[in-house]
Amino acid sequence: MDNSPKTENSLTIYPFVVPNLLISYCCILVMPEKQRGRYAALAIAAVVIVVGIPLWWKTTETYRAWLPFSEISELDSLQLQLSVDIEVVFSRGTLTPEQQKKFPLSHVNEKEHQVDVSIPELLTSPSTEADLSLHMLSESSCGSVVVYVIPESSTLLPEDVKVYVGQRRTALLRSPPFKTSWNLKEVLSNLDVEVEQVVSTMSFGHQDIVAALSNRVRMTKVTKESMADSMRAIKSSPGYEITFSLLNPDPKSHSLHWDIEGAVQSYIQPLLNKLAPIANFSVDSQILYYAVLGVNPRFDNSVSAYTLSADSLSHVINPVEARLGSNAASSNPVLNFLLYVPDAHHSPLFIRDHSKRKVPSNAFHSPRWGGIMVYNVNEMYGPEAERPVDININMAKVMGVFLAQLRLMLGVQHTHPPTGFVLQSPGSAGLADWELDRLLWSRSVENIATASTTITSLAQLLDQIGNIVINDNIAQQVSSAVTSLQSAVAELEAGNLAFALQYSREAILASERAFFDPSLLHLLYFPDDQKFAIYIPLFLPMCVPIVLSLLKIVSEAKKRRADKQAKSD
Amino acid sequence: MNYCNLITIFAFINLLVSIPHGYSNYVETKAGQFFSSGHTNNWAVLVCTSRFWFNYRHVANTLSVYRSVKRLGIPDSHIVLMLADDMACNYRNPKPATVFSHKNMELNVYGDDVEVDYRGYEVTVENFLRVLTGRLPPSTPRSKRLLSDDRSNILIYLTGHGGNGFLKFQDSEEISNMELADAFEQMWQKRRYNELLFIIDTCQGASMYERFYSPNLMALASSQVGEDSLSHQPDLGIGVHLMDKYTFYLLEFLEEVHPASQANMNDLFKVCPQSQCVSTPGHRTDLFQRDPGSVLITDFFGSVRKVEITKDTINLTSPVEPPIKRSGSSDIQIESLTYVDQLPVAEIIHQQDCLEANVTRCRRKQQRTRKLNCQVVEKQTA
Repeated sequence: MDNSPKTENSLTIYPFVVPNLLISYCCILVMPEKQRGRYAALAIAAVVIVVGIPLWWKTTETYRAWLPFSEISELDSLQLQLSVDIEVVFSRGTLTPEQQKKFPLSHVNEKEHQVDVSIPELLTSPSTEADLSLHMLSESSCGSVVVYVIPESSTLLPEDVKVYVGQRRTALLRSPPFKTSWNLKEVLSNLDVEVEQVVSTMSFGHQDIVAALSNRVRMTKVTKESMADSMRAIKSSPGYEITFSLLNPDPKSHSLHWDIEGAVQSYIQPLLNKLAPIANFSVDSQILYYAVLGVNPRFDNSVSAYTLSADSLSHVINPVEARLGSNAASSNPVLNFLLYVPDAHHSPLFIRDHSKRKVPSNAFHSPRWGGIMVYNVNEMYGPEAERPVDININMAKVMGVFLAQLRLMLGVQHTHPPTGFVLQSPGSAGLADWELDRLLWSRSVENIATASTTITSLAQLLDQIGNIVINDNIAQQVSSAVTSLQSAVAELEAGNLAFALQYSREAILASERAFFDPSLLHLLYFPDDQKFAIYIPLFLPMCVPIVLSLLKIVSEAKKRRADKQAKSD
Repeated sequence: MNYCNLITIFAFINLLVSIPHGYSNYVETKAGQFFSSGHTNNWAVLVCTSRFWFNYRHVANTLSVYRSVKRLGIPDSHIVLMLADDMACNYRNPKPATVFSHKNMELNVYGDDVEVDYRGYEVTVENFLRVLTGRLPPSTPRSKRLLSDDRSNILIYLTGHGGNGFLKFQDSEEISNMELADAFEQMWQKRRYNELLFIIDTCQGASMYERFYSPNLMALASSQVGEDSLSHQPDLGIGVHLMDKYTFYLLEFLEEVHPASQANMNDLFKVCPQSQCVSTPGHRTDLFQRDPGSVLITDFFGSVRKVEITKDTINLTSPVEPPIKRSGSSDIQIESLTYVDQLPVAEIIHQQDCLEANVTRCRRKQQRTRKLNCQVVEKQTA
C-alpha cells in the first residue's frame, strides 16, 4: 500500500529526536544542574508538541483531493423541470370569425398557416405526403411538438380517429365539439385536455417520467402495464452490442444463405444512426450449426405442422444462450436476435400464443435479452430436391420482425396508444422523430437521476471512510459530473432536448468512471483501530518519560508555591 | 415527493392510459407473470475459499451447486465461479480430472465443461469484493465480471472455514460480516441487483448474515452461531471427506427441481433439519420484500426467461442495398486458403451419426477409429 505508516514513521521520528538532543545538550552545557533536568524536560515536551505532532499528522495524512461536497448535497434534492415547446395551429374553418378576431396574439404563440385540406388520399389512409407538407410549414426543433387542429366535421381523418400522429413531430387533432357562442378562453380550455393527451403520447407522460426515475424513486403505485414496459426496455448504457445469429440445426438438408451485411446496412443502420446521440451501437453476426432449441415441438394434426406452445417458449432460450458467445473486450449489454430455421424433420414449425392461435410473425422476444424468429423453409423446395438445398433467406421479412423487436427492446415503441389515436408506422426510416424525442426525454431524465444517485452515494462513501485516498482523477471526474448535471438540468428547463441529452450522457459517463474506479475499495486502507496498533509501540516508550517528568515538574511547582505561601504567612 | 409535485405543475401529466379491448386479457396475463418476480436475468457467484487437499469437500460443495445452477439454465457467461484450489488435478487425487460428491464415486461434479473464472491464488477477499462492487481494473475480461443490472436476481454461495463474524480465505486472510454487508450496500446503491439470495455453508455461518442492512436480501446458513457445520461422508478410495452435510442435502433437493418446477423458498428452508445435519440451519428473510412462499426456487437457481410474443412487425419495402464496398479492397489480393485433404475416414470406417447416441459410445468408437487410423497410416507409410 502507498500510505503504509511504517515508512513515514521512520522519517517523523527524526524531528522528535534531533531537536530534543540538541536542546538537551545546550541545557547540559549552559544551565546549573538543578534546573537542568526541569528545563530539559520542558524543552523536549515543547518540541514534541509544537513541532513533532503537527509534522507527524501532516506526513501521515492520506491524499484527498477536494470534492464539491456542498454542490453534491444540493444534487441530492434534485428538482427537475421539463418544458416542451408546443405549437398549436388552427386550420381554416375550425374557429368562427368572431373567435378568430379575439385571438390574443401575445398569449399564445400562434402562426396563421393555410393548410391545404383538399388532399383526397387522406380519406382512406393518411399518406406521408400530407405529413411532409405539414412538416414543411414549420421546421420543428428536437423536443417540440406541433399540433394542427382541424374542424370537427373535416374528412381528413376517418370517423373514429381523433388524432393522427405523423412520422415527424406533427399531429393532426380533430377539434372537439364546441359552441360558436363560446369565447376564446373556453375554446382553448376545452382544447387543453386533447392537446395534453397528444403531447403526453408524443413527448412524455407521468408514467414515463416515473419509470425513468425508478432508480431514485421506488415506484409504489404502478400499473402492471407500466411495470412490464419498464422491465422490457433495456437500461441506459453508453453502448450496446447487437448480435444477429442464424441457427441452422440441419446443415445436411439446408444450406442457408443470408445477406446480413446488406440487410443491416439497409434496414437496421438508419435506426442506429438516428439513435447515435443516445449510445454507441456495434453490430455483429454469426452462424451457428447444430444448434437446437431446448424444447421438443409437438406435432399438431389439425394443421399438420409442428407447434411450440407459449408456455414452452421460456425454456427455449437457455440451451442456445450457452453457445452464443459475446465480445470479450466490452462490458456493454448485448441484444441477441436469433433466426432459427427448423430442421427438415420438424418443418414447418409454428408458434402458438396463449389462446392457441397462430402468431403471424412467428417470433417471440424476451425483455432485455433479444428476440427469436422461426423461419420455415419447407415450402421452398420439393421432396425431390438434392440435399443440401440452397436457400436464400428473405431478409426484408426477417428484418421487419427484428426491427420491431429491436424497437421494443430499446424502449422506442409506444406500446399502448390511447383510443382514437393512429400512429403512422415509421417504415424503413426505422424511427419516427417524435419517438426519438420520447426516448430522448426519458433517457435524459434517467441519466440525470442515475448520475445524481451515483455521485451522492459516492460522496457519502468517501465521507464515511475517512482514510480512502481520493486521487486527482477521481476528483476531476466528480467535478465534471457535477457541472454536466447542472448544465443538463438547466437545458431541460429551457427545453433544449439535444443539449440536455448530451450533458446528461457526459454526466453519467463521468460519474460511473468515478464510482467504479478500482482504487476506491475501502478494504485497501487501514481502519483507525489498526493505526493505533502500529503507532503505540513506537511512540509510547518515548512519551512516557516526557509525561512523567512534566507531571513531576508540575507537582514540584505546586509544592514550591505552597511553601512560599507558608513562608509568607 | 418532489418530482411528482413539480411535474404536475406542467399540467400535461395526468394521463389515463386506456387499453384497447383486444389487448387487455393478453396483457393482464403477461403482466401478471412479470409482476410476480420482477427479474429478467439471473446471475450466480459461487466461491470456495479454502485450499489444500483436505478441504476437498469445499471444492466439491461449490462444484455441485455450480452443476445444479447450470442444469437449471444459468449459462456460464452469467456464473462467476471462484475455486481457491484445484482438486481435480491435485497430485494427491487418485482419480485425476474428477471431483466426486457422492461416495463410491457415484457422481462426478467436475464434468466436461466447467468454467472456472477465478482460480487458485486469484481467489482473495479483495477480488471477491471487487467482483461484487464492480470496481475491477478496466483490463478485466467479461467472464470475470458481474455484469448485473437492476433486474438481476443474484445467487451468492460461499463455503469454507468460518467463525463468528468472519470467513477465512486461503488460510491467510478473512472477510468480516461488516465488510460483506457494506459490499451489498454498495451493490444496492448502484442497483446492481433486484433480489439477492445468500447461502453460506461454514461453521457458525449465521453470524455472516447478521449485519446485512440492504433491502431485498434473503440469507441461508448451514449453522447457527456457536455450532459447527459438519462434513458428510468420507470416501475411502480418495481418502478425504467428499461433501458437507448441508450442501449434500441441498444438492439432493436441487436434483428434484427442474426448470418448470414450482417449488418455493419454504421448501428450501426445510432442507437438512437438525436430525440430518446435526447443526441447525438458519435463514433470514426480514429484509426481503416478497413472501418467501411466493418465491420460486428457479427465481434464483434457474434462469426462466420472461417471454412475450411479437405481435407487430414493420413492413419493409425498400430492397436490400448491396453492402458498401470498402475502398482499396480490390487492390489487395487475398490468397484463398484451403485445408489439406484429411484421411477419408468415412470411407475406411463406417461411422454412425453421434448426435443422439450416447456420448460414451461415441467416444469409444472414436478411440477405436483413432487406433485404426494409426494402423492405416502405418500401412501407408510402410
